[in-house]
Amino acid sequence: MVADPVPLQLAAELFPNGISRYAVGGLLVGLGTVLIYVGTGIPAGASTFLESTLSYVSDQSRFQKYVGSRDWRLVFTAGIILGAFAFAATFQSGVVSSSLYEPGSTGQLYEVAGVTLWTTDVQPWRLFLGGILVGIGTRIGKGCTSGHGVCGVGSASKTSLIGVVTFLTVAIGTAQVVAALGVSP
Amino acid sequence: MTDRHPLFKPLVFVGGLVFGFGLGFSQMARPEVVLNFLQFQDFGLLFVMFGAAIVSGIAFALLPRIRDAAPLTGDPYERRLKPFDRNVLVGGAVFGVGWGLSGICPGAAYASLGTGNITILWALAGMFLGAYAQGYWRSQSTDSGSAFAGAD
Repeated sequence: MVADPVPLQLAAELFPNGISRYAVGGLLVGLGTVLIYVGTGIPAGASTFLESTLSYVSDQSRFQKYVGSRDWRLVFTAGIILGAFAFAATFQSGVVSSSLYEPGSTGQLYEVAGVTLWTTDVQPWRLFLGGILVGIGTRIGKGCTSGHGVCGVGSASKTSLIGVVTFLTVAIGTAQVVAALGVSP
Repeated sequence: MTDRHPLFKPLVFVGGLVFGFGLGFSQMARPEVVLNFLQFQDFGLLFVMFGAAIVSGIAFALLPRIRDAAPLTGDPYERRLKPFDRNVLVGGAVFGVGWGLSGICPGAAYASLGTGNITILWALAGMFLGAYAQGYWRSQSTDSGSAFAGAD
């Protein structure tokens, strides 16, 4: 078989881990969103959970407006955590394998009761400080990667498209600057 | 609070399971993979975001033609567009700095915890703290200012 090496080389450079795990994962993320939407008509985003859950412990008016949705948002997040755990217990643990799944080599693997778990090497201060900004920004900006990125872009919302372009551009700039300053991982 | 259909929460749970499994499988739940994307070392993450948006986009476009309302809530299938204002830009930029610094966003953080990433609790603690700070500030300014509450 004669293959043109230039496009192949380019693909290997742009996608060193292939595309199948990303595409399959993305389809599942979309499918989860669609399941909820088909049954309930709700385009569910992930970041409102932060404020709706705070309404259990704070009577600030900003959080209290989410009282009506806080229970199902807790259920949604519990589902996300357990769904990811199901991934850990199967593909991450090597119990199930597929040519569509590329394991990857980042972070640290460790084992508890036969399940291969994973933890990040990214420094806690980056996670904590970044997390604070994510908490502020997603709530002021009316959505996150799922609310704007999946639901908003999926409904061709101009607000969401502008939101996605804004946070994606700024995130790329930030990550490049942080890397250039020699911060790793 | 209105009584929900008994299948409402089970369905949301199943949707969350699939959503979280997908984030794990795609490795978007790993901050390193997101940072590699943002540093242009692996563009695969585009397939997660656009793949998910395309799937939901097809459903959002088709469902209103098939049925009028969702079976478990009676809510109409309609586009729920968020109004655009300066907050979308300001909040988006703040979120962008946080995402670029940490490599993690809310949904991926929940999923990351599920894959065993105890260290991600730092990010989750930060997210709650940040969400609390803006909510506290906005509650004060809404309560003391006009009766207008921003819609979202």
